[in-house]
Amino acid sequence: MKRIYVNEKWCLGCHLCEYYCAFANSGQDDMAKALKDVVIHPRIRIEEQDNISFAVNCRHCEEPLCVKGCISGALSVQDGLILIDPDKCVSCYTCVLSCPYGAIMPSEAGAIQKCELCTKNGRGQPACVEGCPNMAIVFEER
Amino acid sequence: MHYVIIGNSTAAVGCIEGIRQADRAGRITVIAAEPWHTYSRPLISYLLQGKVNEEQMKYRPDDFYRANGCETLLGHGVEAIDPAAKKLRLRGGRVVAYDRLLAATGSRPWTPPLEGLDSVPHKFTFMSLDDAHALAAALEPGGKRVFILGAGLIGLKCAEGLSGRVQSLTVADLAPRILPSILDEEGSAIVREHIEARGVVFHLGQSVARFDGNKAVLTSGATVEFDLLVLAVGVRPNTDLVREAGGRVERGIVTDARGQTTLPDVYSAGDCVESWDITAGESRVLAVLPGAYRQGECAGLNMAGGDKEIKDAFPLNAIGFFGLHLVTAGSYAGEDYMRRSGQNYKRLVYADDRLKGFILIGAVERSGIYAALIRRQTPLSSIDFELIKEKPQLMAFSRQERARQLGGRV
Amino acid sequence: MAINYIFPEYEVVRAEKRCISCRVCERQCANEVHHLNLAENRMEADESKCVNCHRCVSLCPTRALKIVRTDNTFKHNANWTGEIIADIFRQAATGGVLLSSMGNPQPLPVYWDRLLINASQVTNPSIDPLREPMETKTFLGKKPYALARDKSGRLLNNLEPQLELDVPVMFSAMSYGSISYNAHESLARAACALGVYYNTGEGGLHEDFYQYGAHTIVQVASGRFGVYKRYLDAGAAIEIKMGQGAKPGIGGHLPGTKIVGDISRTRMIPEGSDAISPAPHHDIYSIEDLRQLVYSLKEATEYKKPVIVKIAAVHNVAAIASGIARSGADIIAIDGFRGGTGAAPTRIRDNVGIPIELALASVDERLRREGIRNNVSVVIGGSVRNSADIVKALALGADAVYIGTSALIALGCHLCRTCHAGKCNWGIATQRAELVKRLNPDIGFERLVRLVSAWKHEIMEMMGGMGINSIEALKGNRLMLRGVGLNEKELEILGVKHAGE
Repeated sequence: MKRIYVNEKWCLGCHLCEYYCAFANSGQDDMAKALKDVVIHPRIRIEEQDNISFAVNCRHCEEPLCVKGCISGALSVQDGLILIDPDKCVSCYTCVLSCPYGAIMPSEAGAIQKCELCTKNGRGQPACVEGCPNMAIVFEER
Repeated sequence: MHYVIIGNSTAAVGCIEGIRQADRAGRITVIAAEPWHTYSRPLISYLLQGKVNEEQMKYRPDDFYRANGCETLLGHGVEAIDPAAKKLRLRGGRVVAYDRLLAATGSRPWTPPLEGLDSVPHKFTFMSLDDAHALAAALEPGGKRVFILGAGLIGLKCAEGLSGRVQSLTVADLAPRILPSILDEEGSAIVREHIEARGVVFHLGQSVARFDGNKAVLTSGATVEFDLLVLAVGVRPNTDLVREAGGRVERGIVTDARGQTTLPDVYSAGDCVESWDITAGESRVLAVLPGAYRQGECAGLNMAGGDKEIKDAFPLNAIGFFGLHLVTAGSYAGEDYMRRSGQNYKRLVYADDRLKGFILIGAVERSGIYAALIRRQTPLSSIDFELIKEKPQLMAFSRQERARQLGGRV
Repeated sequence: MAINYIFPEYEVVRAEKRCISCRVCERQCANEVHHLNLAENRMEADESKCVNCHRCVSLCPTRALKIVRTDNTFKHNANWTGEIIADIFRQAATGGVLLSSMGNPQPLPVYWDRLLINASQVTNPSIDPLREPMETKTFLGKKPYALARDKSGRLLNNLEPQLELDVPVMFSAMSYGSISYNAHESLARAACALGVYYNTGEGGLHEDFYQYGAHTIVQVASGRFGVYKRYLDAGAAIEIKMGQGAKPGIGGHLPGTKIVGDISRTRMIPEGSDAISPAPHHDIYSIEDLRQLVYSLKEATEYKKPVIVKIAAVHNVAAIASGIARSGADIIAIDGFRGGTGAAPTRIRDNVGIPIELALASVDERLRREGIRNNVSVVIGGSVRNSADIVKALALGADAVYIGTSALIALGCHLCRTCHAGKCNWGIATQRAELVKRLNPDIGFERLVRLVSAWKHEIMEMMGGMGINSIEALKGNRLMLRGVGLNEKELEILGVKHAGE
């Protein structure tokens, strides 16, 4: 299965991945309209310090502790892809406590959110990967 | 191969999914006393609250048993296990043979003997869907005064579920603070104030001296008048079936790291078993849902011929009350790092170059990074502990470790 | 405070409706032009710092930015232009030599644009390169004047060492130091993938790049930086740099502050010491001296590698080339006055040297006339901008071309011509780690490969149109060119007829 991989050697800390993620999941078709004067809640987040930076999003683990620990059955694995059903999520944050990467976070709406590799927003390709100017984020089979 | 599973909750579902990772063909029979499709027990408070309906409470989709090729005997209690003959006797006398058995018998509410308890007309426990239905029915026509005995996770989630639907909520606990099993004093005080602000009245450090109908007299002499009583003092693991069959039971059913009891071909998982807590260095009943799933899955894999062990168990709790989230993990004996700012509270406990436990209230983001330090027994000297103390972050790891975590398959 | 006479050259135009305050412009500008006004959550710009490199424009996700030339103006004067006035202001303020980067931007004649290429019609068939063989391979080096045979009449291999090029395009000399590690890696890997060569410049060869040696030309310049036996052995050819088109007659100076870490190791000089390349080679004052160096290098490398002598195109270029062709050199590289540089005195860059087209035509003509054309191959550089320039260069007599600026543009260079500041936002002309990482060689090398591959297709199309199916048949074929808008003298030097003739 193709997954997102991050190579911090090439991460510029530009944060474009966060904005492309937020736009891809905004349901709108114009980035400026979608994100103007908006505090974004991307599913991919940059960590940065000094000259080191890297993006972190769901690793789609083969042993997903978030799915195994989900108390409501809102998280599930489908063909290796870890998906969240926001209607079933009760925001207990057990997944937040389970994820070793800190890649699951509360959404604006309350339910938790996570990277679903842009499979649900009609993009096809992960927007963060397409928006990364330096191939620090790639989407491939490894 | 015929797999039989006693129980139909988290560990049982984990077991089914574990078996099916290794064996698509074997026959699986699920036997449970409750008649319902598998549901998530922790969600009963949300049901009470109206945040979820019964459909949303389903722990797995409607076609779960069919998709996994399971027969179900729901509404059937098991009376005895005969490990020599590899047979179960159900209530009513029916006998079911098994090749491999999982006893995921769970736990039950436990109430100490209390004077006058029999005189209370409307009393409830709060662990099952039936409990929730019964309590919900008793709330009508409204305006009820509710007294909850026990300020632990069950009692307080029940209080949250009832809030706004009742006239008053009073909670008493023998312990001097709320959530005593997972919170320290300071953390407990923060959460208590938050819950009190929603109108819940606490009587802590006090037990009930006696009940007298709709009145409780506390050990301090105070009295609480109520219409409905919820008993949420504690739980006890359901170990009888295995013990009576000859299996070893200590605090809970004893299993090896693979999930097998001391009986041949009998496995056990969930709230009824005890497991080795790597943070406390002792065996305890770790009655938490994520643990139950992993135990069930591990047992299922092994029942189907796999070879998996769980050697990284420790308590983990994520919970919230009235919008205030808290997560806790491990045990709290060791050196402390504490930070508090308003409702945000953080305490990390470490010893012997390892993180042993933590409490986070309010800001719980990325707390899984801390939990992973405990689970993986990461030597703190191998990371930038000062940095990670401030906030959970992968920056604290070495470049190589990050490359492994973010650039490799995990 | 003294009056600041310099008015910002550019304006940053931000479409407020489109700006989402994502701060990518701020984070990506090493010149610190952009900043967020936190109180108003609005991006603002200090235009005096803008060098117009377009990093922000290119990365802005909502296309909210553009950079425009200021319309602030001096009173119109065709003689005292705004640029000239501003330069005087600068020098009056600093007392310093004006520095510039990249090639001569002045509106001097570009002869490529005055030359037109022929095509076949009716009487001679054109060739479709998609259906018929088309050879773009070429070899650089001395060509024998006669066959040699042994006593029994068998052919002897009397060929001197050659460079084999799949396309007649090489990457010009750009030192590690003037450009970044990642730029060098991109060039090296692209050269390997394309079957061509890149050139170390005079900064030595980084340890990591020895693996690309078979596609590397190692340079020996007046500073001799990084030159030792293993370095000479590593390359496919050795280039003696006598001059550079952007700054003929002067040397180079990389300040000690840039001589750190790998740069110091690769140049083999102590950290912090200035890297001064003298204007002349102090051991070369004649063609005979040059011959000594050529043969020293051949001797050191057992006569296995061609030696290139690179000179700037200057007034007596033909006579100089004639001397070089007799020095034992295998290849002459001529760099025209539009050639790029990491830093040069502005007045030299803009006023010294001659156009490469004229230099090439006169060198080729002179070597032919003297019967020594086969002594050397001729490679030209100094603003080869596209495949048509290459075809014209070959027809004027070049054996191959060097591209530097075009290659850098492919890597992201926007010709802001501020290389000398060391803050290249595109990670090319900088040594700052956080800027260097902006050029991922995985991307850079692919872009170079795509550029040269595209040009190769175009060269084949143009050759096919002329009815020519090999580079060898195009070389020196000036009948394939016609001049337009050129005077008699220019046509005479170029050796081409006027269009219509």
